[in-house]
Formats: sequence, C-alpha cells, structure tokens
Amino acid sequence: MPGLEDLYREIILDHYRNPRNRGTLDAPPAVRVEGFNPLCGDEIVLYLSISGNTVTDVKVGGQGCSISQSSASLMSAAVKGKTVEQARGLIRTFKSMMSIHEANLDGSEVPPPRGEEALRELGELAALQGVVQFPVRIKCATLSWNALAQGLDEARSA
Amino acid sequence: MSSLDSLDVSAIKSDFPILATQSHGHRLVYLDSASSSQRPRSVIDAMSHYYESTHANVHRGVYAIAEEATAAFEGARAKAAELVGAASAAEVVFTKNVTEAINLVSNSWGRRNLGPGDVVLLTEMEHHANLVPWLMLSAERGFALRYIPIDDQGFLILDELDRLLEGVRLVGVSAMSNVLGTINPIASITSAAHAVGARVLVDAAQLVPHLSVDVASMGADWLGFTGHKMLGPTGIGCLWGRRELLEEMPPWLGGGEMISDVRLDSFSVNEVPWKFEAGTPPIAEAVGLGAAIDYLDALGMDAVRAHEIELTGYALRSLRERHGDDLVIFGPDDPARRGAVISFAYRDIHPHDLSQVLDQSGVCVRAGHHCAKPLMRRLGVAATARASFYIYNDTADVDALSEGLVEAGKLFS
Repeated sequence: MPGLEDLYREIILDHYRNPRNRGTLDAPPAVRVEGFNPLCGDEIVLYLSISGNTVTDVKVGGQGCSISQSSASLMSAAVKGKTVEQARGLIRTFKSMMSIHEANLDGSEVPPPRGEEALRELGELAALQGVVQFPVRIKCATLSWNALAQGLDEARSA
Repeated sequence: MSSLDSLDVSAIKSDFPILATQSHGHRLVYLDSASSSQRPRSVIDAMSHYYESTHANVHRGVYAIAEEATAAFEGARAKAAELVGAASAAEVVFTKNVTEAINLVSNSWGRRNLGPGDVVLLTEMEHHANLVPWLMLSAERGFALRYIPIDDQGFLILDELDRLLEGVRLVGVSAMSNVLGTINPIASITSAAHAVGARVLVDAAQLVPHLSVDVASMGADWLGFTGHKMLGPTGIGCLWGRRELLEEMPPWLGGGEMISDVRLDSFSVNEVPWKFEAGTPPIAEAVGLGAAIDYLDALGMDAVRAHEIELTGYALRSLRERHGDDLVIFGPDDPARRGAVISFAYRDIHPHDLSQVLDQSGVCVRAGHHCAKPLMRRLGVAATARASFYIYNDTADVDALSEGLVEAGKLFS
C-alpha cells in the first residue's frame, strides 16, 4: 500500500513552498492559457513566451493543492529555454508516466516509460511518479501539462 | 474526552459492518455522512432477504411473491410518509434521489407554470441540485432567477425577503446547508412566500436524516429527501408534495406504471403517486429505505438530533481549543442552529492535501466544493475540507480528526 512519502516527496514540497516562475507575462505577445480541475477547484493560469522555436519564458499563476502547484512549478522550470519540440516531448513523457490510469480515458496507448532513460529525461519531474499510486490525484498533476499542450497549440496557430 | 449521553454510540457502531473494517491499518473514522451515510446490518439484511425470498415486479403479478413485493414496496412508502408527517402515503413519490425530485418539480410544475416575467427565488447556499435544474429551465422558459444572500455566519439574510419575493412564483430553498450546516427557518420563508402566492420547494437532503421533520408545520409545498444520506441504499429518494399539487402536475417521465390506459393515439395517467413513477421502480432500495427508517425510528429522531448537537458542540469547542488561529470554521457558531456538518480551512493547506493526509490515519473527510460552487465563491475560497457526523460518530472520531490535522501541519510546515 502506497504511503504518503510516495506522494509528498521532498522535491514536491519544495516546489509547493517555493514555486518557481510565479507571475504573469503580457499577453499578447505571450500566450495565456487557463486550466481548471472541476473536481477540486484547482486552477492554473499559464503564460508562455515563444520566440522562434524556443520557449523563452514561462510564468504560472493560479492556486490549488500541493500536487497541482508543484507540478506546474516543476513543469515551468523544465520547459523554460527548451525548443517547442523538446517541450512537446516532455509533455508526452510526463503524461505517459501518468498514463496508467489516463490511457483508458483518452484512448491513447502510449506505454509508460519505465526505463531509466525516460526517468533521466524527466529529471526532477520523476519525483511526481508516485502520484500514479493515488489515482484521484493524477488530474492534479496533469493540470498544468494540459495547459502547456494547449498553449503550444495556440502559439502555433497564432 | 467528554461523554455524550443521547445515544449509545458504541452499540450503534457495532450495527454497522463497515465501521469494523480498517483503512491504512487504522480503524475507519467515517466523517463524510453529509455526502453519503453508512448502512446498518438491518438495512443490508432487509435488502438481501427481499432478493432471496420475495422479489417480483410490483403492481403487476397476482401470485404470492408479487403481492409480497408490492406490499413491501408500498409499506416503505408509508414509512417515508409517516417520517415527514405527510397527510397520506400518496403524497410520497419515489425518485432516484433529491436531484431527481427537484428535476421532477422543475420539469413538471415548472415547465407548465413558469415563463417570461416570472421569478424563481433561490439562495446563495444551494447545492447544484437546486441550482442547475432552474438554470436549465430558465434558459428554456425565459424566467428570471434571484437569490437570497447569506451573512458572514452563514445565515440567510431575510430582512428584505418581502422585496425579494416580488414577482416570485417559486422559492427553492435548502433546509440545511450541506456546506455550512446552517438550518434555515423554512416555516417563516413559506409563510412569506405563500402570502404572495409563491410555491415553496424544500431541499431536505441534509435535514430529514438528522432531525424530526413535519411538512405540515413547515408549510412546504414540496420536500425532497434521499435514502443514502439516512442509512438507506443509494438509488432511492422521495419527493413529498401536497396532494392537490401532485394531482394538477403533469407527468414527467413516461412509460409503464404511470398510465391507466394507453391507445395508439393517446394515454391517460395513473393516480398519484404512481403517475410520476414510470418503469419498474427501485424495489429492493425502497425496502432498504424502509428498514433505515425503522432503525432511525427506534433511536428516535429527537435523540439523534440531541446527539448531533452535543457532538457538534464538542467538535467546535475542542477543535478551536487545540488549533486556535490555525483553524477557520465556516458557518454558524451555535450547534443548536446548525447541523453536524463542519467545513473548515486549516492553515493554508489545501483541502485535497489535508484529506490525503487524514486518509492515512483512516479518517475520511470530504475535500472540494461540495457541489456548491456559488457558495464557495461567496465564502472566498476555492474549496473547503468538510467533516460531517452522524449517529455512529463519537468524540474519539473528532479527536482522530484533530490529531490528523496536527500530522498534516507537520508535513506541510
């Protein structure tokens, strides 16, 4: 049976207490995306500055539980300075890490990355892998990543 | 620990099989009865016995078990009618839950009687079940919605009720808030509403399980309550309505049972209450509800209420003493004016995180918006944690909650 230490890793609590990249950007030119978790009322407001093919800046607003807010903070640190393709790759890897229970919902059949290579690619984000043992919280963890995916799509079509 | 005298809680606990189970290696401390209560063995046994010995469809067969099933089903209706002081069993319509009871009123009476220029008066503390059906019908029929505001203690502000009632055809009001616990003065609201010719629909989902209810002295026109919050099964609720109103209301769902005759070009409807009960009803669930009412009757609703006032008083006192400014409790301070529902915020720990940590000690509390998002906005919070008590809870359960809050505080300090 999973214990609280599997969920509330120190890295997660650190990002919850000291969230990275909090704030806003002028939109436009930045892209502004909102994400809501209707279950618990958590919300994320994500700002993305994209220059050429690079995510040059990321800011995060909103409020919610430790999992949703730390995941957003970890995400912002991970994608800042990355290319759009790299950011999309991270979304895929992260969501497949969370996909044990989501796969049936969205119909995708991406096998979860269990290899060390995938975890290395995720870096600090791997701290969130314990969330899959608490299925109700998966939506908290993926909230900001869904907003990121939407933001990248909107930036491309803008 | 203080002792509570109104109910023998340890004897009651032993009647509930689930309370003998463990969660994460701890005894189960169930503090979410406002969402759904647990069931005593007598309810579970009544349903099993029904399926093992009696089941047949109701109001159809002439063989022995069909007659027994019909008698059991209608017997449960009579018990539900007596529980709320209905003039007759015919005034109780079985529904799926309170949500369906309210949708029945909105789709039947509402669609026929409400239109442009009319107003439906609700309150800021309503559950989504008493908001969304009216928002849906309002979009279709073009009437307006208006809301009775609440004060900072969580009481309805009724000073300007007469002005708010101008043009109102229907008042929809919760008898007890599922978030704040506030018990609303239904009798004075119905009397003011009737003075301007408005009907009153009471959402009594939180009231009927916890104290003695009498629809006549309330003066209500309709009152909804549900089985699973009062020791009964899920899937069965009741709409009580004044008989003359039920008689004039058109049917909502069509099908078998609700008709007296059907031709290829027409039909005529059955008598009340069956004209609102299309299709095979939840028979075993009705039997279970009847057994739940028997269980509550044996305890006595006045003793149930006295126990909950004592326990809520203990919880408010002990939680505040131990946690001081770390704890914010929403809703009325006086246990005599509220139900056994305590919504709270602890430090700045998100309710989801609180609930997750409490779960590790076997303590089940609800975290979220409690299907009352407009009320959450009024309170200025996105979500709250909520502990709710019932007949099987005692001071040790409150103490387990209190201890769990300390643990959560350590983790998120």
